[in-house]
Amino acid sequence: MDAYDVIVVGGGNAALCAAIAARRHVARVLLLERAPIHMRGGNTRHTRNVRCAQLAGSSAAEEYGETEFLEDLIGVTGGPANLDLARFTIRESANLPQWMAEHGVSWQPALAGTLHLARTNRWFLGGGKALVNTYYDTCSKMGIDVRYDACVEDLLIEDGKCSAVILRRGDNQESIRARAVVIAAGGFEANLEWLKRYWGEAADNFCVRGTPYNDGKVLATLLAKGAKAMGDPKGFHAIAVDARAPKFDGGIVTRLDSIPFGIVVNRLAHRFYDEGENIWPKRYAIWGRLIAEQPGQLAYSIVDAKTIGSFLPPIYKPAKADSIEGLACALKLDPQALAETVRIYNRATDGNAEFSPGTLDGMKTNGLTPPKSNWAIPLDHPPYYGLPLRPGITFTYMGVAVDDRARVLESNGRAFANVFAAGEIMSGNILTKGYLAGFGLTIGSVFGRLAGKEAALHARG
Amino acid sequence: MLAAELIEEAQRQLTICNACRYCEGYCPVFPAVEMRRDFTKGDVVFIAHLCHDCRACYYACMYSPPHEFAINIPQVLSQVRVESYQDWSWPSLFGRSFTDQRVGYSLASVAVAAVAVLALIFAGPARIFAAHRGPGAFYQVVPFLAMLVPALALVFYAAAIWATGGTRFWFDAETPLSENFTSRAVMAALRDVLSLKWLKGGGPGCYYPGAQPSSVRRFYHSLVFYGFLSALLSTTLAAIYQDLLHRLPPYALSSAPVIFGTLGGLAMIVGVCGLISVKLKSDPAPTAPEMPKLDYLFLILLGLTSLSGMFTLVLRSTAAMGSALIIHLGLIAALFVTAPYGKFVHSMYRSLALILHRAAQERAAQNPSKGHG
Repeated sequence: MDAYDVIVVGGGNAALCAAIAARRHVARVLLLERAPIHMRGGNTRHTRNVRCAQLAGSSAAEEYGETEFLEDLIGVTGGPANLDLARFTIRESANLPQWMAEHGVSWQPALAGTLHLARTNRWFLGGGKALVNTYYDTCSKMGIDVRYDACVEDLLIEDGKCSAVILRRGDNQESIRARAVVIAAGGFEANLEWLKRYWGEAADNFCVRGTPYNDGKVLATLLAKGAKAMGDPKGFHAIAVDARAPKFDGGIVTRLDSIPFGIVVNRLAHRFYDEGENIWPKRYAIWGRLIAEQPGQLAYSIVDAKTIGSFLPPIYKPAKADSIEGLACALKLDPQALAETVRIYNRATDGNAEFSPGTLDGMKTNGLTPPKSNWAIPLDHPPYYGLPLRPGITFTYMGVAVDDRARVLESNGRAFANVFAAGEIMSGNILTKGYLAGFGLTIGSVFGRLAGKEAALHARG
Repeated sequence: MLAAELIEEAQRQLTICNACRYCEGYCPVFPAVEMRRDFTKGDVVFIAHLCHDCRACYYACMYSPPHEFAINIPQVLSQVRVESYQDWSWPSLFGRSFTDQRVGYSLASVAVAAVAVLALIFAGPARIFAAHRGPGAFYQVVPFLAMLVPALALVFYAAAIWATGGTRFWFDAETPLSENFTSRAVMAALRDVLSLKWLKGGGPGCYYPGAQPSSVRRFYHSLVFYGFLSALLSTTLAAIYQDLLHRLPPYALSSAPVIFGTLGGLAMIVGVCGLISVKLKSDPAPTAPEMPKLDYLFLILLGLTSLSGMFTLVLRSTAAMGSALIIHLGLIAALFVTAPYGKFVHSMYRSLALILHRAAQERAAQNPSKGHG
C-alpha cells in the first residue's frame, strides 16, 4: 500500500497549485516544503502579479488576447523552446483568475507606477507571501498534509517509475512511498557552487534575490536519473541591485532604477554600456548580466541633483559629494579617472538640457563610445550621488523537459511514467531568455494545476 | 519627546516599504508612504496614527523577522502611537498612564471611590439603601445638580485635554491648517470612521486573532462603537425628556432613552467581551507591548460601565438601585477621568489622521505631478 497518492516536492506557487489540483481527485496528498515555515513559498514570496490572457467578452480596453500575449513572449525571449507548451500556457492563463479566487486569493488594482501592466497582469492583494499564505490555508482546509524543513535527498526511480521520495532528517533518511510525484522545487540560482561551473569565481559576487533554499538539489537528482535538460545552463535572469543588498532573499526592494538617469561606470571608473537604451519595461534585466561581466562584478550608478528625485527612492543611502572627485573617493574609485569619464560624457551631451523620463526623448550623446542614446543630459548639478551595483539573480533558466501532460522526459525522449514537473524547474521549456513580468507565476500556476491533476489521475489508475 | 531611535527605526522600515509597495491595497498607510521620498518625524507620526493595526501587512511581508530587514510595521507604528499618546497628553503625571497602566487603574479607582464616598457623605446610607420609585427616584439618591455639575466638569476637562492633544498632533504632523479642512475631505474621513472601513484590512478582514483574515474584530469593534453612540444618544434623549418635556427619570422600559441605553449597553458588553477574547488570543509580535494593556484598561472600564448601567436598570425599583446607581456613576466618572490618559484617545487621533489623509489624497488628485511613480 502506498503511503500517498501524490507527493509534491516544493512549496511555492507551482507546488501549492499542484497539491490543490491533485487533492480534487485523490485523498492522500503530501506537500514537502524544504524551507522552515517562515520561509515557505520559494520565490513566490517575492512575486506580486500573474500575467493572464483576457479573452473575448472583456471590454476592448481590457482584452489581452492569446495572439498578443504570444507576440509579447516572442518579443522578449526570441521564441519559446516549445511553442505548443507556450500556447497551452497562454490559453490556460485566462482561467487562472477565477481558479485563484475560488481558492481564496484576493485581488488589488495594479500598483501605482505599474499601470502599463494593468491590462495584462492581475495583482493579488499583499503580494506573493500573502498568496502563499492563502494557498497553505487552503491546503490545510482541503486536508493536504504539509511538512516543512523537508529536504528531499533522492527519488527512488526504476524503469522510468518513481516509487518513493527519500527525505533527509538529520543523520537519518526517511522513505515515503507515492503513486505519483510532482517536482516543483524551483531552479538552482541559490547554489553558488553550481553557478561557478559556468561563471567561475565571479559567482561569489552575485546576490541571489530570492530564497536561499533554491539550491537545485532535486533538479540535480532528476538530471542524474536521466531527465532531459532544457535551457541554457549558464543562463539566468539578473538585474542590477544595490551592492549592499543581502546575499540572499533581498527581493524587490534592493533593485535600483537609477541607471537611465545618469551614467554607469565600472570599478575602473569607465563607462561600459549605453545607459539610455530603451530598457523599460522589457530589457531592464540586461544590466544584471552586464555587471556580471565587469571586474569584481561591481558597477556604480552616478547621478546628480537634477535627477536624484526621478527614480524610486533607494533603501540604502547613496554616496554624496559636492564634486565628482569627492564622490569617487566616497565610492573608492580613482578620482582622476571618474572626473575624466564625466568630463568626456558631459562634453558629448553638449546642448542637451531638458529630458523626459517618460518617453524615449532622443537626447543622445555625440561621438561617445559607448553612446548614451536617450536622456543624456550632463552631470553638472552638485551634489553628486553614487550607488554601487551588483548583479542580483532572480532565477535560472535550465530545468527539465516536460511533455504536454507535464510528465518529465528522459533524455531518450520517453516520459517518466509518474514523475511530473511544474514551475521554475520546467519553465525552460517555455522561457529561454529574457522575462515577461508575471509570466513565471503563469507557468507555475498552469503547469502546477496540470501536473497535480495528471499525477492524481495516474495515482487513481 | 518621542525617542529618536524609535523614529529612526520607523524611517528605516518605511523606506523599505516605499521600495516594495506590495501592501498598497491594504490600507491608507501605504498610499501615504508612497506620496513621500523621505520620512520626517511628522510623517512618521501621521502615518503611525493612520495605522488601524489590522496586521495584514505583517503577515504578507517577506521581510518580517527573522529576515534581516526585520520589517514589522504594525509593531513600530504602534510604538510610535503609544509614545505620542503620552507625549501629547497633559499633565505628564497622568500621561504616564500610557506606559504604566497602574496610573490608569489608580485614576479609575480613585474616581469610583470618590463618587462612592461623596454619595455616602451627602446622601447617607439611609437614602442609598432605601427603595425609591416614581419620577425623580434617581435624584433621591444623588441630587440632580450633584450629578450634573461634576459630570460636566469631567467632560469639559477631558475635552480640553483631547483638544490640546489633537492640536499637538496636527502641528507635529507638520500640515498647515488651511490646506486640510475641505468639507469633502472631512466627509470622506467621516465615512471611513463611521464604517470602520480600514478594519477590513483591504477586503478580507483584519488578521485577528491569528494569521488568517477575519471580520471578527471589525464586528466586535462596531458593537462597541455603535453601542457607545447609542448610549450617548440615550443620555441626550434623557436630557431632552427632562429639560424640554419636563419628565423626570426613570423612564418606562418602552421609552426611547431606555431602549437606546439598553441596546447600547448590551452591544458594548458583547463587543467588549468579544474584543478582549480576540486580543487575548492575538499574536503579540506585531504590536507594542503596552498596546494590549491599554486596550484592556479601556475595554474593562467600558464593559463595567455598561454592565453597571444594566444593573441599575434591572434593579431600579429595588433597594439595591442606590448602590447600583452610585457604582454606575463612579464608573462613568472613571471613564471620563481616564479618557485623556487611555486608549479612548485613539478615536480622536485616528479620525484626525484620516482627515489629513483624505485631504492629502485630494491635493494629490488635483496636482498629480507631486506624486512619485
